[in-house]
Amino acid sequence: MRNLFRGFGAVFYKEVLHVRRDFGTLFFSLIIPLLQMVLLGFGIDTNIRQINTIVYNADGRRESRELIDRLRNSDTFHVIRYVDNDQDLNDAIIAGRARVGVKIPVDYSDRLLHQMTAQVLVLIDGSDSSVAGQAVNVTTSIGLDESLRRVLPDRSAFAVDMRPKLLFNPDSRSPNFFLPGLTAILLLNVTTFLTAFSIVREKERGTLEQLFVTPVRPFGLLLGKLLPYLAIGFFELSLILTFMRFVFRVPMHGSVILLAILSLPYLFVSLSLGILISSKANTHAQAMQLAFLTILPSVFFSGYIFPRETMPSFFYALSYLVPATYFINITRGVILRGAGISHLWTDGLALFIMGTLLLILAARRFQKKVIMA
Amino acid sequence: MSTAQQNAAVPAISAEHLVRRFGKFTAVNDVSFRVEQGEIFGFLGPNGSGKTTVIKLLTGLLPLTSGSAQVEGLDVRTDSESVRERVGYMSQNFSLYDDLTVGENLQFYGRIYSLEPARLKRRIDEIIALNNLGPYFNRLAAQLSGGWKQRLALGCAMLHEPQLLFLDEPTAGIDPVARRQLWDLLFELSGHGITFFVTTHYMDEAERCNHVAYIHFGKIIADGTPNSLRELPEVQPHGTLRVEITTPEVTRALRFARHIPGIRSATIFGQSIHALIDDHFDLHELREELLKNGIAVAEVRPLAPSLEDVFVELTNRHQAMLEAGSA
Repeated sequence: MRNLFRGFGAVFYKEVLHVRRDFGTLFFSLIIPLLQMVLLGFGIDTNIRQINTIVYNADGRRESRELIDRLRNSDTFHVIRYVDNDQDLNDAIIAGRARVGVKIPVDYSDRLLHQMTAQVLVLIDGSDSSVAGQAVNVTTSIGLDESLRRVLPDRSAFAVDMRPKLLFNPDSRSPNFFLPGLTAILLLNVTTFLTAFSIVREKERGTLEQLFVTPVRPFGLLLGKLLPYLAIGFFELSLILTFMRFVFRVPMHGSVILLAILSLPYLFVSLSLGILISSKANTHAQAMQLAFLTILPSVFFSGYIFPRETMPSFFYALSYLVPATYFINITRGVILRGAGISHLWTDGLALFIMGTLLLILAARRFQKKVIMA
Repeated sequence: MSTAQQNAAVPAISAEHLVRRFGKFTAVNDVSFRVEQGEIFGFLGPNGSGKTTVIKLLTGLLPLTSGSAQVEGLDVRTDSESVRERVGYMSQNFSLYDDLTVGENLQFYGRIYSLEPARLKRRIDEIIALNNLGPYFNRLAAQLSGGWKQRLALGCAMLHEPQLLFLDEPTAGIDPVARRQLWDLLFELSGHGITFFVTTHYMDEAERCNHVAYIHFGKIIADGTPNSLRELPEVQPHGTLRVEITTPEVTRALRFARHIPGIRSATIFGQSIHALIDDHFDLHELREELLKNGIAVAEVRPLAPSLEDVFVELTNRHQAMLEAGSA
């Protein structure tokens, strides 16, 4: 055992010196994720509100104006302009000035008065699926509500009363949804890049070749490189969590200690990934490309932005191979849902297994193609 | 048997029929040689001839395709780890950590070899004294000039007191004074019984080795002491004589000399021409012949072949043989 990890202490000592010497790089690699977090945390609102809406009210009487008021009061629509012909209505949507166009026909009030069905045309720009979906839902439910109000003036007579209750994020705050996921991406970013670069740098300088002529064993070398960056990743996690809690006021419903413990296998995976990348890449530029290759799937297939449940089955299966998938479940679980170890141990275990496999693979690659002649 | 006796009996390196192929390319082709304890062994050859590959084979970095090698009595195929424990290696680019100080670089390599703290401290002091690195102890390696980097790299490679050191082009890109100092140091250390395996391009360095081998296209085409190589029959064929012709007009003289019957080959060396002539060709006759053609000749005198002559001659022969073989 002692022999398998030969050189660990020496490499660890040296790596700590590197980090200390190159404090600038470290500082930036810690600060930039925080900047990203501030940018995304303040800048992105996943709730769809105030959609630009254009209205062509051909009727103009009281009923029609009431309907428009109800649209406006929903907070979903923001009426930017009134027009008086179909052409202008269409043009505004094609030009992208408005996402939604509402046309109330000239006989709207008349038909309501005569107990007939009054039609309202709602044109929705389908080029952004989430905006369109929200517009469809809200207009449909306003229509339904309006109809019910006319048929059943007394609302208590409803046969079925659905009472949706939003758990964990009752105000549907975006940072609550967004930042726990972002944590996973940022950590992956920092640690993968730092480890990959630290080894590629040795390749570029030729020191790696020198190391292989010493009794250092691959595992000793890799662990010696891994641990300092594990500590940095851990420190970064604390910074992110502090920001999340005190700047963005994201509540912490579970145990911070548990989150810290479960982040270890995730950091282990991303560090091993960095090492694997460096076994393939010979230059900084190559390492950069490969690192991006791992980061994009983590953004798109982990459920960080797009729900995994709506993915085609192939990609859904693929998402199980993305480490961030598990860690996002862990962060959202602990932070928002107050989940405990009994809910999350499988995710932790999955990450640990992935990390071990990746590290073994990386060590083998190192041992095998140590150096080309 | 004591260790000292054992060391005296066991050669530092014994390589038998080393072969290393990369796919279809044979980088090292049936290479055998033996390096005795305490020798300075110069391993020469053009770029890409397989020098570095041989070092990698001997340190167990690359597995052998076939053949066998013992380093300090240990089989590199089965015991490469113990081999790496006992040898030192300094690569072409003085693989140091630029952002670490001189002291930290030494500390790091000492820890790699798991030296006890007390021994590490003693060794660092010794290395610093030996290489006069004292004033630079707290300086970053990046700030050292080429010659000092090379001393530090050598220091790192011998921190664990290896009996055998591989130096891969230790003097590439450093100034002549530093080059001379390094060689003085190597002689001093070899006097203490340390064996050096040195690759180099410089012929003057080759002349200073106790033992040289020349590798060309993965094959060793010369192996022996510099003096024994000079006397090789291929270099100095029976019935020939090597002469030096000093003249101010070397290029014109060379063009002309190549047409004189009795001159077998001729090459320019600075302000003179080295020629291989038939030994019945009188030196005075040769001088007259050149003067008659309007070439001012200062002197014609017999010459012992330099190692460069030896290698040029052997390379040409080997080249011709390879071409004949492939044709």
